[in-house]
Amino acid sequence: MTAVSVHELVVRFGEVHAVRGVSFAVEPGEVFGLLGPNGAGKTTTLRVLTTLLPPTGGAASVGGHDVRREAWHVRSVIGYVPQAISIDGALTARENLEFYARVTGVARRERPQRIEQAIEAMHLHPFLDRLGRTLSGGMLRRLEVATALLNRPQVLFLDEPTVGLDPTARRLVWERLATLREQSGTTIVVTTHMMEEAERQCGRIAIMDLGSIVATGTPEELRDEFSVDTLEDVFTEATGRSLDDEGGSFRDARARRRLSRRLG
Amino acid sequence: MTLAHADDFRAASVRRVRGVGDGVAAMAWAEMRKLRHDNIDILTRSVQPLLWLFVFGTALRRNRMLAGGYHDYRAYLAPGVMAQAALFIAIFFGLAVIWERDVGQLQRLLATATPRLAIVLGKASGAGVRACTQAIVLFAVLAIARISIHWNPLDLLGALVLLVLATGGFACLSMTLAALVRTRERFMGIGQMVMMPLFFASSALYPLSIMPHWLQLLARVNPLTYEVHGMRQLLLGVSSGGTLWIDFAVVAGFLALMAAIAARMYPRAIL
Repeated sequence: MTAVSVHELVVRFGEVHAVRGVSFAVEPGEVFGLLGPNGAGKTTTLRVLTTLLPPTGGAASVGGHDVRREAWHVRSVIGYVPQAISIDGALTARENLEFYARVTGVARRERPQRIEQAIEAMHLHPFLDRLGRTLSGGMLRRLEVATALLNRPQVLFLDEPTVGLDPTARRLVWERLATLREQSGTTIVVTTHMMEEAERQCGRIAIMDLGSIVATGTPEELRDEFSVDTLEDVFTEATGRSLDDEGGSFRDARARRRLSRRLG
Repeated sequence: MTLAHADDFRAASVRRVRGVGDGVAAMAWAEMRKLRHDNIDILTRSVQPLLWLFVFGTALRRNRMLAGGYHDYRAYLAPGVMAQAALFIAIFFGLAVIWERDVGQLQRLLATATPRLAIVLGKASGAGVRACTQAIVLFAVLAIARISIHWNPLDLLGALVLLVLATGGFACLSMTLAALVRTRERFMGIGQMVMMPLFFASSALYPLSIMPHWLQLLARVNPLTYEVHGMRQLLLGVSSGGTLWIDFAVVAGFLALMAAIAARMYPRAIL
């Protein structure tokens, strides 16, 4: 059974086509990257897969459950880290873990053990009793991933997990995620617009542009297919545009700016 | 329905009820932890009700007509001021929802298996916890200032229950508005537009009997009127007609209705 299956997915907001007939499948244990510039439709696709947004057309399933008809089952088997920092700044790191353990339905007797495992997995010990609003960007991202692991998700969705982080914090987050995948076999679906990062961390990649997938494969396959040296060049070859072209809405830009401020 | 289907239905119902209970408990727990980290918030929020009580209330202290025949207007005003302070907390919970949408917390919550109703009732219970804490501070001030109310523990508890139920209802109303307007700027305007008429077209400051007929009609469909009326019955023994159970029934019905509407509307807030 595939971990994630998307078939001819369409999402429209009025006249705007955010996702135009996207199809892909992710195997269990795989790290799958959705790549593309801002406004490519990556986050919208992720929102459908996390049941936050009903699709306009097509079908999608996660862990064998249809996102439309079995939304509750989907939510039970996923972890989700949105692009914006979702940690509650008015609670300590430990309290955030306790809160998410409760709302993701971890049984009371299992909570202490699960929380301890998440703390170990993401190396949170040094700042457990600090309020969320006092943590650095790297600490916040590690804490967020830890809160998303508490219900032992089959599939972990990460929306731009390293945006706004400095290179050291970025490396640390990816190291922790790689360890997690090796130890528990969690399937990871990640969106990013950083091609270099995707090339290093993802087993397979789908490049999105203007709501469609323009290329899919392993980084090597994509480079070979387009006879270029980098994924950035693959993007340019496949779309005729540069990755630096500005995209995204006013709300996206405002959210990115707010996120940068929160991450310091 | 076959036996197997009946069992499935029963199991799903139990799971749903338990999910709602757990979600509400988690949200209320988080709100109490936040209050513990930022207890100054309760003190700063208490300034406004104290001004109403000790400036407005003292200026009109001897006005028996305004006090519905009660001997001390400050005591008469106290339940109204508590309800008003709680209304302020509740109405601006919608603003918190928009903020949580902007920082990603709302998306995180909606992507968990916690039922929507639990999230909405959990937020409402958070408003209730804050309102309750503020009311306890005001009770302490009333005791220190020797403003006479019924200090019977059951009456106090009953008044707090009524306050929490109504605050939860107004918080759900606020979340519904937040889901409709979606931006903080618009919500500020709408929040004021809803809150002030609710406050003035109620028995919070004055009895229904001195209002013109049209205002009485409005006040009688305003849940705040029943909340304050019930609290006055419990804390002062003052009633302007109607029994206590009607006040509880109206306030509980208001909470149930607003929670159902908010649970349906809430996911729209992220779009």
